[in-house]
Amino acid sequence: MIRLVAETFDPGAALNRFSAGRSVTGAVASFLGIARGEAGRAVALELEAYPGFTETRIAAFMETAIDRFGLQDAEVIHRVGPIPPGDPIVLVLAAAAHRREAFEACDYLMDYLKSRAPFWKKEYGPAGARWVEPTARDLADLARWRETEQT
Amino acid sequence: MARVLLFGRLGDIAGWRERSFDPAPERLSALKAMIRRIDSALADALDGPGVQAAVDKALVRGDAVLRPGAEVAFLPPMSGG
Repeated sequence: MIRLVAETFDPGAALNRFSAGRSVTGAVASFLGIARGEAGRAVALELEAYPGFTETRIAAFMETAIDRFGLQDAEVIHRVGPIPPGDPIVLVLAAAAHRREAFEACDYLMDYLKSRAPFWKKEYGPAGARWVEPTARDLADLARWRETEQT
Repeated sequence: MARVLLFGRLGDIAGWRERSFDPAPERLSALKAMIRRIDSALADALDGPGVQAAVDKALVRGDAVLRPGAEVAFLPPMSGG
């Protein structure tokens, strides 16, 4: 399941909901991304999405992750709009029979979200605003999975 | 009529993020030519590296056909997380 949210969300509650009532799951891995803060800034980040397109693309990629890692379930919650420093930006949850698949699926989904998911991120810094594009590191991280990657 | 959506830095370059174009262009190339006539800086940016196009919320490559009322989105390099 993919959810885009315009307000802050409670990652702990989401993890509890996701983990509840699972009898055949042995591992739930989670990744929480947080807006990095710098003192004295009202707005750190602003995330733009393309409603209806962003969710569809991410959902398709989550299906790929579910197949690749044999997941039982996966969930992504992603913020849109202005995000103050310290707020959660993204939560990725993966449920599997064993831990390795759950860990790797979170890693894989985050590499995808960083450089291929339809979001546009504006960063407000001391030197003004700029649009963030994937870094060389982000692209190298994504390339690690490339053997069966669909772009 | 074609409805055009611009995301990320493309919207800043154009000064708008959503706009209708009349009469309806029949192909993506015709739409881009209409855009070039009103804003060559934006047209250059649309042809820039890493900019993808989606028609009716599906990514397209090359010169896609546009139905009347099509929604065309121009998508610069993406970055989430």
